[in-house]
Amino acid sequence: MVAVAAPRQLPRKALIIGAIVLAWLVLWLLLRNIGTLPLDASAMTPLHRWINSINDAVGASRNSNPLFLYFFNEIRLVINEFVTFVQALIAQPSFGRPVPVIGWLGVVGIAGFVSLVVAGWRVALLAVAGFVFLGLQGLWQESMDTLSLTLAAVVISLLIGIPLGIWAGLSDRANRVMTPVLDFMQTMPTFVYLAPLTLFFLIGPASATIATLIYAAPPAIRITAHAIRSVPRNTVEASESLGATRKQTLVKVLLPSARKTIVLGVNQTIMAALSMVTIAALIDAPGLGKTVVKALQTLDVGTAFNAGLAIVVLAIVLDRVTTAATERRTLPRWALFSGLGVTGVTVYFSYTYLWAAEFPSEVEIGSSIRKGATAVTEWAQDSLTVLTGGFKDFVTWALINPLQALLAESPWFLVALVIVALSFLIGGVRCAVVSAACVGLLVATGLWQDSMITLASTLVATIMVMILGVVVGVWMGRSRRADRVIRPILDAGQVMPAFVYLVPFLALFAASRFTAIIAAVVFAAPVAIKIIADGIRAVSPATVEASTALGSSSWQTIVKVQLPMARGALTLAANQGLIYVLSMVVVGGLVGAGALGYDVVAGFSQSNLYGKGLAAGVAIVVLGVMLDRLTQAAAKRWTN
Amino acid sequence: MDPVISVRDLWKVFGSNASQVVASDELKSLSRSELMDRTGSVAAVRGVDFDVAPGEMFVVMGLSGSGKSTLVRCLTRLVEPTAGTIMFEGENILEADAKRLRDLRRNKFSMVFQHFGLLPHRTVADNVGYGLEIRGVPRAKRGERSQEVIDLVGLSGYEKSYPDQLSGGMQQRVGLARALAGDPDVLFFDEPFSALDPLIRRDMQSEVIRLHREVGKTMVFITHDLSEALKLGDRILIMRDGQVVQVGTGDELVGAPADDYVRDFVKDVPRSHVLTLKWIMRPPRPEDELDGPELSPETVVREAVRSVLSADKPVKVVRDGELLGVVADEEILGVVAGEA
Repeated sequence: MVAVAAPRQLPRKALIIGAIVLAWLVLWLLLRNIGTLPLDASAMTPLHRWINSINDAVGASRNSNPLFLYFFNEIRLVINEFVTFVQALIAQPSFGRPVPVIGWLGVVGIAGFVSLVVAGWRVALLAVAGFVFLGLQGLWQESMDTLSLTLAAVVISLLIGIPLGIWAGLSDRANRVMTPVLDFMQTMPTFVYLAPLTLFFLIGPASATIATLIYAAPPAIRITAHAIRSVPRNTVEASESLGATRKQTLVKVLLPSARKTIVLGVNQTIMAALSMVTIAALIDAPGLGKTVVKALQTLDVGTAFNAGLAIVVLAIVLDRVTTAATERRTLPRWALFSGLGVTGVTVYFSYTYLWAAEFPSEVEIGSSIRKGATAVTEWAQDSLTVLTGGFKDFVTWALINPLQALLAESPWFLVALVIVALSFLIGGVRCAVVSAACVGLLVATGLWQDSMITLASTLVATIMVMILGVVVGVWMGRSRRADRVIRPILDAGQVMPAFVYLVPFLALFAASRFTAIIAAVVFAAPVAIKIIADGIRAVSPATVEASTALGSSSWQTIVKVQLPMARGALTLAANQGLIYVLSMVVVGGLVGAGALGYDVVAGFSQSNLYGKGLAAGVAIVVLGVMLDRLTQAAAKRWTN
Repeated sequence: MDPVISVRDLWKVFGSNASQVVASDELKSLSRSELMDRTGSVAAVRGVDFDVAPGEMFVVMGLSGSGKSTLVRCLTRLVEPTAGTIMFEGENILEADAKRLRDLRRNKFSMVFQHFGLLPHRTVADNVGYGLEIRGVPRAKRGERSQEVIDLVGLSGYEKSYPDQLSGGMQQRVGLARALAGDPDVLFFDEPFSALDPLIRRDMQSEVIRLHREVGKTMVFITHDLSEALKLGDRILIMRDGQVVQVGTGDELVGAPADDYVRDFVKDVPRSHVLTLKWIMRPPRPEDELDGPELSPETVVREAVRSVLSADKPVKVVRDGELLGVVADEEILGVVAGEA
């Protein structure tokens, strides 16, 4: 029965794949630890030294080379000026004053007023409470630095992104050119931009802002283009039939109709920017991210938690305000003017009086949060060890170690052969060629073994993501009530900057590969779950009803009807899960993930490892491209 | 009277080699599916000719895929025709440049769409005034004119509502008001009532008939619904596979279908509602007594039933004092019984 129902080609192909894996195991036993291309943590290849020398050369000629003098340095200066200006307004002492221009009271007032205008009074209350909470945590200045950088990056992202998005929305040709570029920008793990950018823009706010820009502009472009494209054809036609010019149609029909979706794009851009600004702490961006990174490096869970919490609060406020801004609303005139008046007074006070400028240090709950978090961590590590330690050891022993041993202890040519052969079976000649090129590049970076270790972690995390995704996704897809309860949690989870996930798992599992993997799973699971839930829900109710009418049990309906019909969603979930996991496994370098993640992080902090860090970044991109191509090829084959 | 719109040999071919298709008599003579197989192009409109008289309600009827929506879009060049001529008030529209075309659209014709095409972010009044706004009419004048047409279509009191707060029928009234606001010479309707439920549709049809009487504009109305076509149309053009099958008044289509396609189409039409006496009368026979009541040949059968059945002699069909024929019980019953 099963054999009949399955596609005709599958059994033969499955046999071949099985044979390849079996051969791999046998050869692994014979050739173990031969040709694994290992490289010590502090060792370097000529390539790495060569990149170092380029870095040195660039550093030496930074102020003489015309390309730098008139191009990169100019960009850096302009962006630096802009960021410094925003920081001077709300975050840093400026203009000869011991405090920023607008103190905490003024910022709270402005935040409240802006939220009131665009999002209503409930959200305004939330915003005020959230900002005051940041001050109470003792993290006012750090929070404002993060906010400044985020706002600066968002402004530039939107200035670039929305016009490009409109262009891509109007012109098919522009859209065809931009889509693959954006795809590439978004598949690249966030980390990877950082190293090359420091080469051109040094470390600091400018590089951080540019990195954030690269990460945050694509959603703005994509969503604006999508919004313009999805304005109903007949609305545009109606406008044309009345004799509107192209410009009139754009300004009076397309943009207003697309407004709601474009605001959604602004929301995505802000959240992406916040996430990246915190990660950019690795290249010396000021703010909360820096506090988290420092605390992670000293395994100070209390401090990391406090700062992580501040990031979460900031994320929630920014998300709520911009989400609510999509609704149409008008404020009564009196509320507008009295709000404006109150805000003006708060800004004036915060400019004039010290108590309104510096957040009072007498009222402070940050230290209690830190102590509380540390206490919980210690308690968890003391009393939950049996549970957490058992789980950790089991997964490490049963999944991570065997897979890592197989990938990292096989000769490189053996793994390369297996990858190319599997690629050929899954995606044909083109896919095999791409994989071969990727394998070649991995060898060339000199970081083959590290790449294999990272690959192993990535695969383990992805398997766990898919298990979670199928279980929860099917549940959500079949039960409206489960969907209503779980979806908001997932949405909230997706809003959080990647960093924040490391903290609780560091508390529970201490620094290890496993910690990074679990953080990656939690980071990637919401996307996969949502895709699968939507896929299950999209299965035609008539088909499900027919299956039930034939007397199928729930299990039979899931396994024989819903999952097979949702296989497009399953492969998409695997693809997205892989990309998310990969970017997080690297961030996990901060909590003991080792391998490529560690190489990248070390490259930032030690200048003699710069070249190696850059090569590791390239290796991550190559891994990402290879996995992305493979899963997409598999998706194509499977869904046809 | 000169026609307002005069269409000659109009072609619309979709596909990369459209211009080759219309340049070749051989390709033009192929059927749609043969053309598709040969060239990969789709001929949506194939050699269509017709005239629309001033003040006429001209209905184009066809099933989905017959090319009727493409045809009406060609008339305003929302879809660019591949070949042919469209004379509008003596001017070939196909030769108009972009600016002239915009002027025509702003002042001479306007269109009502199946899915309304309203702007969701604007109130009813601002939707209605949109066409005036893009012409550059000042705000005060715009408001005045919008109010006039809003009253005309029976939407008074809803000026400040947004489209998503209105029912489908009312949304289409907004679409109608928007089309009327610019005071165009010709109104095009692209299946305007297909998305509405039957009761609302009937109301809107009466509304259009009323407006047609009150404002006296030339109207071109696209529909897939034969009863709608018969109800509204002064003349009806039946389209199939991009070609004209027959043009005529309702009773001509029912009384003298051009081919089996039309015959099949009008089969279920209640003939007594459409046919007039001229379609069923017969020459008088010697035994007929010719002193019965008289009726005009344009009388619809349904309205003649009572007088014919109650008379004990055949009814004479007379135009200008000339006897055209007679109608007796058997002719009337033939029509009425044929419907059962």
